[in-house]
Amino acid sequence: MPSLDRKMLRDLWQMRSQAVAIALVMACGIATFLLSQSMMHSLALTQKTYYERYRFADVFASLKRAPESLSDRLREIPGVGQVQTRIVVNVNLSLPGWDEPASGKLISLPELHRPRLNQLYFRKGRWPTPGRDDEVLASEAFSQANDLRIGDTISAVINGRQKKLRIVGIALSPEYVYEIKPGDLLPDNKHFGVFWMNYEALSIAYDLDGAFNDLSVSLLHGASLDEVIARVDDLIEPYGGLGAYDRDDQPSHKILDSEIEQNRTMGLFAPTLFLSVAAFLLNVVMTRMINTQREQIAALKAFGYSNLEVGVHYLKSVLIIVAGALVVGIPLGIWFGREVTEMYAKLFHFPEFTFRILPKVLLTAAGVALAAAVLGTLGSVVRAVRLPPAEAMRPEPPTGYGPTLVERLGLGRLIPPVALMVVRQLERHPLKTMLSTIAISLAVSVLVLGNFMQDSVDYMMAAQFHWVQRYDMSVATTDTVADRAIYELASLPGVLQCEPNRSVSVRMRAGPRHRRVGIMGIRADSDLFGLVNMDGKQVTLPPGGLLISQTLADILQVGVGDWVQLEVLEGKKPVRQAMIAGTLQDFAGLSVYMELDALRQLMREGPVVTGAHLMIDPNYQTSLYRELKETPQIAAVTVKQHAVDSFDKTVAESMRVMKSINLIFACVIAIGVVYNSARISLSERSRELATLRVVGFTRGEISAILLGELAVVTLAALPVGLVLGRGFSWWMVSALDQEVFRFPFVISNGTNAFAASVVLVASAVSGLIVRRRLDQLDLVAVLKSRE
Amino acid sequence: MSGQAPTKLESVFATRDVTKTYHMGEVDVHALRGVDIDLYGGEFVVLLGPSGSGKSTLLNILGGLDSPSSGTVYYRGRELTDFDDAGLTRYRRNHVGFVFQFYNLIPSLTARENVGLITEIASNPMKPVEALGLVDLADRVDHFPAQMSGGEQQRVAIARAVAKQPDVLLCDEPTGALDVQTGVLVLEVIQKINRELGTTTAVITHNAVIADMADRVIHLSGGKITGVETNTKKREASELTW
Repeated sequence: MPSLDRKMLRDLWQMRSQAVAIALVMACGIATFLLSQSMMHSLALTQKTYYERYRFADVFASLKRAPESLSDRLREIPGVGQVQTRIVVNVNLSLPGWDEPASGKLISLPELHRPRLNQLYFRKGRWPTPGRDDEVLASEAFSQANDLRIGDTISAVINGRQKKLRIVGIALSPEYVYEIKPGDLLPDNKHFGVFWMNYEALSIAYDLDGAFNDLSVSLLHGASLDEVIARVDDLIEPYGGLGAYDRDDQPSHKILDSEIEQNRTMGLFAPTLFLSVAAFLLNVVMTRMINTQREQIAALKAFGYSNLEVGVHYLKSVLIIVAGALVVGIPLGIWFGREVTEMYAKLFHFPEFTFRILPKVLLTAAGVALAAAVLGTLGSVVRAVRLPPAEAMRPEPPTGYGPTLVERLGLGRLIPPVALMVVRQLERHPLKTMLSTIAISLAVSVLVLGNFMQDSVDYMMAAQFHWVQRYDMSVATTDTVADRAIYELASLPGVLQCEPNRSVSVRMRAGPRHRRVGIMGIRADSDLFGLVNMDGKQVTLPPGGLLISQTLADILQVGVGDWVQLEVLEGKKPVRQAMIAGTLQDFAGLSVYMELDALRQLMREGPVVTGAHLMIDPNYQTSLYRELKETPQIAAVTVKQHAVDSFDKTVAESMRVMKSINLIFACVIAIGVVYNSARISLSERSRELATLRVVGFTRGEISAILLGELAVVTLAALPVGLVLGRGFSWWMVSALDQEVFRFPFVISNGTNAFAASVVLVASAVSGLIVRRRLDQLDLVAVLKSRE
Repeated sequence: MSGQAPTKLESVFATRDVTKTYHMGEVDVHALRGVDIDLYGGEFVVLLGPSGSGKSTLLNILGGLDSPSSGTVYYRGRELTDFDDAGLTRYRRNHVGFVFQFYNLIPSLTARENVGLITEIASNPMKPVEALGLVDLADRVDHFPAQMSGGEQQRVAIARAVAKQPDVLLCDEPTGALDVQTGVLVLEVIQKINRELGTTTAVITHNAVIADMADRVIHLSGGKITGVETNTKKREASELTW
């Protein structure tokens, strides 16, 4: 091995603890990059193969009732590949020995062949026997959540009549990768499930023999989506068509896509931050190393080493640090990626969740880490290279010391000499002080960022479940019913309060932009449903006009006072105009609210409702569940507590895992930065401190000088870091996809306190390590060395 | 001023009206003010002068570490002042051996490796152990600088300088950091190299005693040559004391 390489290895060994700290920070960056990239690719690839193999449709539509013959006309639309017609109904479910309300979707299966679109992945069991009206396939998500096996029975209220259904198989569908109740955003697999049964059984029960009420269409390559949707709408219009929509409005697909998109954003954000910090640390350490090796550089040059050779020599040690980071970061990233992928497999239901890490991702990780490291060190290496040898031979000129600001203000006499040394040192090297402060504040900010998502979600859930949904339970009717039904509900034992609502699904149009949304009509004086902005401020429902999510207003590019067109997707499908009377900074989805009577007026209808929000007496819960289940008009009952529990089990769980990973990484950064800062100031000042020891200062006193600096810098870094962390968090929130969830920008005091404490503890521990080294300071050796 | 040199010898270095000015903040420091000297092949020259006389600057310019503000430097007839950075690097790599007052060894390398550092890039080097043998350190090859005395370190530095078999050996206060006995030991080694290998050697010092072992002594003061004398009776390094 060339002697120069030997020197490089030994120099690196000399600063091994710092090198390891930097490599670890960098490894965290590489790992988070691999984690999110592999997650994103695994999700995207699994999604793509699943959709292709099981023929996920491109266009979907529901209608009241259309004859089977319509499917031939649908097939003739230019650009249409396959058409699958079917019956889809929402039903109330009960499981044996179980009072809680649950609901489901029953989807018809063709009798003679497999579905042409949205085909099922068969996990186990068999297909329902043709002709049987009591056999179903159950979705895997529901059967897992309720521990249902083949041979178990459930009952469903089919068209008003209780019917026992036997599970003969477990299946998955590309339509229900994310299995949620219509209108929900969070899954509750325990209380909502999808089932497939023979067409004949369903068609007889719902009087749809030879007819269908739902269709899916696949497109040929190059077909115009808008054109096909328009033609499908034209054809189904006479049959009570509710407006065709594409995958972007398909709930499962929409959320899955939003998740992939989110990973894309996170996959760039965290690694960028980590690698920048690592580059910064490398810069500080290399600059320091090169400064102490001025004379060695001069000697190398004097003996004929070229600038390039000297530059490469220093870059090599950077390369080794990067290599170390890759060796740790790649397996760590892959491992975390696998763990998180498995966690996602619980949230998204795929037949198989293949974990995939693309070679190009590994190469990118290596390339980016290398680039960050080289960029971080290039400056100091170039300075080393440019150093004229004759000049390098002379030690660096001493810094000019003079009275500090504190002393100029006449406070010098009040300060003990040791403190004065600390102040002078900090003030004399403003750049160095600033860099150390920035480094430590970055550590604080990363900790804030790591914890912030949890705060945001906690806040969002607390707001959603306490401020917005103040009710215990909500019920939805199968169709519009007269508001008399509400009085009946209100009179049920255990119902403490009951407020009606009316929801209308519409396509909201503003110029060329449109979205499918539901308008929720509620009373202006509603107690059970709160209209609350992200900041917790109550919003009053305007007496006329629409109150819409700010996100929807942004998508449609409308503002207060603008008019939008509402194409109602039910009943006679009237088209109405309405004014935007207000916007709401809400947390999720695209919501539209209207005063109940104003909505009825807009719809030109009497006092009808489609559901109600209830406040109930917990003592009557069970009997109430039973009562509601037996009410034929009630299509679905949602218990808020179930949503809370389900959220805790699924989304919160994955949040916790992600948060833990982030926090581990953030702590590594914090410790890496603080330890490095402490070590560097130790090596820079050891000579001076040794001199002080020689002239009679105690260990405690010289420790106070060094640790005093560290303490001042750390304390200064805390507020800066907290502000920086806010900035990063805000930046991340605004970079995330907004349509499904909007993460409120909330940072709890706990998060700030946690970030500050971790950095303080890291500082204290680093301080102790450095202090031990100070105790071991070899006075004679330090004084002998010229440096 | 160079007329007293033995004419049979080939000129290795020649400087003509060399000046060097450093800008230190608002003041200009004139380190050299028009220096003309010639150094000849195989000779042992001592550049003598008090600190601040410009001798280190001159040595750095001769060694290609620094360039003059004006004037010309010739090395074996070629204009050193015309060399670009790469050319100067090649020149130092192939022709010059340096010995510094503070040794400038690489602390993380052993004696053998410190010498190896240079032999690895030289065109016609001797083996590191051989070079260390020349300075009587054959038994210390695997020691790190921190494990050696100052004199030993300086001998390693000399071995490192001569291992490439340079044309010129430039020594900047080689005994400046050493006591008398050790200093004499180091001078003996330098003298031995000059004699046995025939390497043109220039030693700068403020210690007048060392001048006694030179072929010629060039006196510097205030950035100018104040005199050149040829030693009629050279003394052995071992006879010196101060």
